[in-house]
Amino acid sequence: MTSTAHSSDRLGYDPTAPLTPSGNLRRRLVVSRIAQGGAILAAILAVAALAVVTYDVIQQGASALSLGFLIHDPPQFGGAGGGIRSDILGTAMIVVLGALMATPIGILIAIYLTEFASPRSRLGNALRLGLDLMQGVPSIVVGIFVLGLIVDVQHKDSGFAGSVALAIIMLPLIARSTQEVLRLVPTALRDASDALGVERWRAILTVILPTAVGGILTGSILAIARAAGETAPLLVADSTFGPHLTFNWFGPMPNIPVSILTASEALNPAAYARAWGAALVLLAGILLANVGARLLLARSRRRITG
Amino acid sequence: MPARQISPRRRLRDVISARRAVERSRGDAILHGLCVLAGLIAGFVVVEIAYQVISGAAPAISTFGLGFLGHTNWAPNLNHFGAAVMLYGTAVTSAIAMLIAVPVSVAIALYLSMLAPATVRAIVGPLVEMLAAIPSVILGFWGVIFLAPFVQKHLEPWLHSKLGFIPIFGPGQTTGLSLFTAGLILTVMVVPIIASLSRDLFLTVPSELKEGAEALGATQWEVIRGVVLPSTMSGVAAATTLGLGRALGESIAVLSVIGTGSAIHSSLFLTGNTLAARIAQDIQYPVSKLQVHSIFYLALILLVFGVVTNLIARAVARRYDVHRAFV
Repeated sequence: MTSTAHSSDRLGYDPTAPLTPSGNLRRRLVVSRIAQGGAILAAILAVAALAVVTYDVIQQGASALSLGFLIHDPPQFGGAGGGIRSDILGTAMIVVLGALMATPIGILIAIYLTEFASPRSRLGNALRLGLDLMQGVPSIVVGIFVLGLIVDVQHKDSGFAGSVALAIIMLPLIARSTQEVLRLVPTALRDASDALGVERWRAILTVILPTAVGGILTGSILAIARAAGETAPLLVADSTFGPHLTFNWFGPMPNIPVSILTASEALNPAAYARAWGAALVLLAGILLANVGARLLLARSRRRITG
Repeated sequence: MPARQISPRRRLRDVISARRAVERSRGDAILHGLCVLAGLIAGFVVVEIAYQVISGAAPAISTFGLGFLGHTNWAPNLNHFGAAVMLYGTAVTSAIAMLIAVPVSVAIALYLSMLAPATVRAIVGPLVEMLAAIPSVILGFWGVIFLAPFVQKHLEPWLHSKLGFIPIFGPGQTTGLSLFTAGLILTVMVVPIIASLSRDLFLTVPSELKEGAEALGATQWEVIRGVVLPSTMSGVAAATTLGLGRALGESIAVLSVIGTGSAIHSSLFLTGNTLAARIAQDIQYPVSKLQVHSIFYLALILLVFGVVTNLIARAVARRYDVHRAFV
């Protein structure tokens, strides 16, 4: 010990010097600080982008928003006044029908992949590939597909065609998120059911699914919210609607996204005001669904993992 | 004692046959059948998407062949169609988006996975993901009204005065609707995807490695550069590829802010068009059958882009055990 102290003494080591980095270490710490600052800045930028867009939409849309805006149809020949009742209900009907198609299929596929298919099963792997491919299809191409499949055959736009397109967008998202939640369910539950001689289907329906239901719901809500804002497929499959409310799924059905797009291209102030109001309604619905779904997820995660 | 022991192989066989007996019940067969049916429906949809798009594009393919990709003319009245302008615009806008989005997203992911305190992480993480929830039509509308004027008044003149000697930063035009603005909008859409995937990746880096590097005296940046990034590089590449797939296929937001030009300009501050935006623009009121088929041809190109980017990402990501559930 003493000898090292001696040698440091000889090298000019001063034990009373303050313990601050100098030289190379100082430079390295500065570089590290700069990198940390950059990372924080990037995170602030992303949150700021969300805040700015949300603020602008609220600020522009709030003046258009009123009770009348929500419960009146748009005026027959454009112009000022009126509301977006038909758009809101139309979007709701299109999205609900799409969700009714996509959710059961998505959940069943997830059950198949996690509960039935072995990791090496051919059908399972093909299915995983298919889901990945489906998720990779750009939404406008989904619209083009529905155009060829339904609209051209029907010779007119329809809410039903829109629902099918949205279902195709939701399906891979729902299947994937359900798969992740089912994977979180402890194997011990499955083993215990097997040990008790419970048939597989009963174990799935009465043990595994109830444990995972919160997470499945979260994934489904997020997927449905994502699809509700999709414009491209509806522009292709369901855009030639009138201002009035309709309950006919097999005819053109009003919807919010396409109405926003049409009004934003109209270049007249009344249409702009209605577009901002509609944008606010749509954004509020989607962001609230997101927040709600995430809160639900946090709760159900705690429940599954204990 | 050895006589009482059951050989492991025999035990395994017993377990398997017991499992089979459980699986053979009728309820299981029904549920299994339903699941397989759902899978077949999904598989059918995938195949049918490819079939519809290819068969819709077939007449245009036989008329124009691969020359379609090289022609700059999109003239419905002359019945002549080519995709070169759109291919160029798609490539340029996506390149802008990726150039900005990749460093920003990786930085966000590093912040969320390594730097941020737990409470901040729990709030900022979901906020970044919610950026992806803003519908593209609203982002496009916002882009026209707020972003484009800002770009035209501030960003373009500034970039032009500093970097104007490079042709791509040519003089701006009067509207602010340009390839550049479209690239910025795409950046906003792509950042949450790459950031949340990369964050999940960075969280998989074993803490022993990070702590080992720290114990050797590495600064935080050196841990990132020396341990975290090298061990997740290909995963970040996969996330980037998925983001690229999204950027290539986005239609509505781009349609609003790109200015729907019909020529190839070297300056980023002039108008252009992308494959997806052209489809969205022309599909409502096509003037001829050939135009519809040409639109399907564009959709086919987009479909190939989407499938290829996803397959690449899938091939790379297979090496990681990251599951993207709620992106």
